[in-house]
Amino acid sequence: MQFFFEVLIGGLLSGVMYSLVALGFVLIFKASGVFNFAQGAMVYFAALSVVGCMEKGAPLWLALILAFGIMTLLGIATEKFVLRKMVNQPPIALFMATIGLSFFIDGFAPLLWGNEVRPLDIGLVDEPIPWILDSYNIVVSKFDLVAAGLALALVALLALFFQYTRVGRALRAVADDHQAALSIGIPLQHIWALVWAVAGFVALVAGMLWGSRNGVQFALTFTALKALPVLILGGFTSVPGAIVGGLIIGASEKLAEIYIPPVLAGWFGGNFGGIEGWFPYVMALLFLLVRPEGLFGEKHIDRV
Amino acid sequence: MIKQFKQLAIASSVAAACLGAAIPAAQAAEEQFFMLPSYRVGPYGANGQSFYGGFIDYLSYVNQKGGIDGVQITWEECETEYNNAKGVECYERMKSKAQKAPGPIHTMSTGISYALVDKAAADKLPLAMMGYGLTSAVDGSVFPWAFPLVTTYQMQASAIIKFLKDKNAGSLAGKKIVYLYHDSAYGKEPILALEAESRLNKFDLVQIPVAHPGNEQGAQWQRIRQEKPDYVIMWGWGVMNMTAIKTAQKMGFPRDRMIGSWWAGSEEDTVPAGDAAKGYMSATWNVAGKDVPLIADIEKTVYGAGKGNLKDTSKLGTILYNRGVSAAVLSVEAIRAAQAKHGKGKAMNGEQVRWGLENLNITEARLKQIGATGLLPDVKTSCDNHEGSGKVKLQQWDGAKWVVLTDWIEGNKQLIHPLFQADAAKFAKEKGITPRNCAAEAKK
Repeated sequence: MQFFFEVLIGGLLSGVMYSLVALGFVLIFKASGVFNFAQGAMVYFAALSVVGCMEKGAPLWLALILAFGIMTLLGIATEKFVLRKMVNQPPIALFMATIGLSFFIDGFAPLLWGNEVRPLDIGLVDEPIPWILDSYNIVVSKFDLVAAGLALALVALLALFFQYTRVGRALRAVADDHQAALSIGIPLQHIWALVWAVAGFVALVAGMLWGSRNGVQFALTFTALKALPVLILGGFTSVPGAIVGGLIIGASEKLAEIYIPPVLAGWFGGNFGGIEGWFPYVMALLFLLVRPEGLFGEKHIDRV
Repeated sequence: MIKQFKQLAIASSVAAACLGAAIPAAQAAEEQFFMLPSYRVGPYGANGQSFYGGFIDYLSYVNQKGGIDGVQITWEECETEYNNAKGVECYERMKSKAQKAPGPIHTMSTGISYALVDKAAADKLPLAMMGYGLTSAVDGSVFPWAFPLVTTYQMQASAIIKFLKDKNAGSLAGKKIVYLYHDSAYGKEPILALEAESRLNKFDLVQIPVAHPGNEQGAQWQRIRQEKPDYVIMWGWGVMNMTAIKTAQKMGFPRDRMIGSWWAGSEEDTVPAGDAAKGYMSATWNVAGKDVPLIADIEKTVYGAGKGNLKDTSKLGTILYNRGVSAAVLSVEAIRAAQAKHGKGKAMNGEQVRWGLENLNITEARLKQIGATGLLPDVKTSCDNHEGSGKVKLQQWDGAKWVVLTDWIEGNKQLIHPLFQADAAKFAKEKGITPRNCAAEAKK
């Protein structure tokens, strides 16, 4: 039983890391109705900008500020050169534009900063907390706990921002209908630039944590793959949904990886390990069939 | 006017004479062309950067020293991003250029090599897979055009077991070894060898796959913690390596009981992992460092002349850079061997280069002549042995650099070679290939 809880806790904490990436997707979708395929690339670009600035001699705090500045510029440029031309276009056209953006960032980031694998030390050691290990024989990482705390703080902040600020309400109005929002005087361009900058900030936080754990390298773009099932489960428009979805996906994929392969091997023989690559997608697919809008997503009702 | 006409006529005659002399000279210049389906961007770009940088630097070095007996080397890179489809596309794009006088093709990718084994054979272009690719291609009677040179995944796995056996007073009986692997063709290749070793040496083998790309390994390491193994052998690549090292730290598994394959043993894997990598071991078929005379001479000659391929010269002497140099050394030596048989100073065609690869004899003395003593093991290939060595060294990361722990260790040939010979025979049967008679060819 102790082992089950260790896997469960590890999974939940991994799930929070997925949620961090999923949050970036949710933000942009919520504010513009765009599924931003480039979020993984943004995580990579943000982390690369931090280590790039640090290599040029900036301390971590300054590198973070500079990287946020770069991500804000990227957001403004995205609005000006990509989205502004596509106001009121069908969602699929905007989605395709973000695919293009993703490939652009994938190529541009290493051109700007180089493509070496680099360490990122944020002063957090990924080691088990001794007293939990000694008392319960369960591995809980200090790093994972801090990451979880950060993610929860970020969610709380974003939820308050969307719910209680003028800008937040404007963002929601834009997401509902571009033209209607424009007609009541909401400055669409500013709103979009702002939301991309906020998504850039979330990407920066995710990039810092993932980069610190796995090194700053191109593979950071793959973190987006971990966020997709989280989004399907939690809903594309819900900030708390991203967290709950992440927790469910994280815990279930870890438990599945540990407990399902031995059962399958007993039935069919062979080795069925490594299922966590596809298991979350199957789960999300099943979920999609039952609740297409996700756990916390808004139900879409059209008038006939 | 007449004077002007005369001057023009003389000038024209001189120019024509010069051109006339120049054209045959240009036609006579022999060139050997290397197609390089390389990768410098994408998920594994950092690794490709060092490898192909080293490879090209050695080709430049040979050219600066007068070429291969006067034959200049040319090359062209094509970016594959370590993607199989792009690898094949690069091959198709460059193959006509390589048809006349090809160098061995190096893809640095097991997946791309798999995709090219049949194509290269059909086009009569030699395919080198140094330390990767299809293990059964060691049997040249079935795979005449494919060369898994130096050592294969299976022989490497066997050599690691030999190392662990020596560490444990000659016996692994009752020990438990976890095999943590990238869930791909690359990761699955050595399983056959490890299972055979497990039966022979009576140790318990636990196989744990990691889904691509391997940037999350919590469940796998929790299982490792539960299994309490004596050692973990890891077949990783790219982000999987660093994630494994860091997760081992998180789970409290000692790094000095982790041994990686040669794709999991470069500075790109350990430097970013920081202190977590201290004590971690790996196999390697070439050593790191600039104290190898050849590497030092490349830096002096090629970079001294401003012709180096890498902007970041700190890569010189790293494991992957030296591996690129080692791969180029063997390729050039194959062309030299071919020239020795088919005519010195001439560009060699595909069949001749293939013969050269199949008749390599790189002795310690030859390595010394090249300045590569200790850089790579001695290599002697033949029709029925396209591997030619089967030896690796074990190295350990001391926190700042790789330290070599052993001399060259050869895997258990008696155990491993029959495995891939059986595999090659099965392949031949499936494809309707009649294997060459190596014994008869050797007598000719």
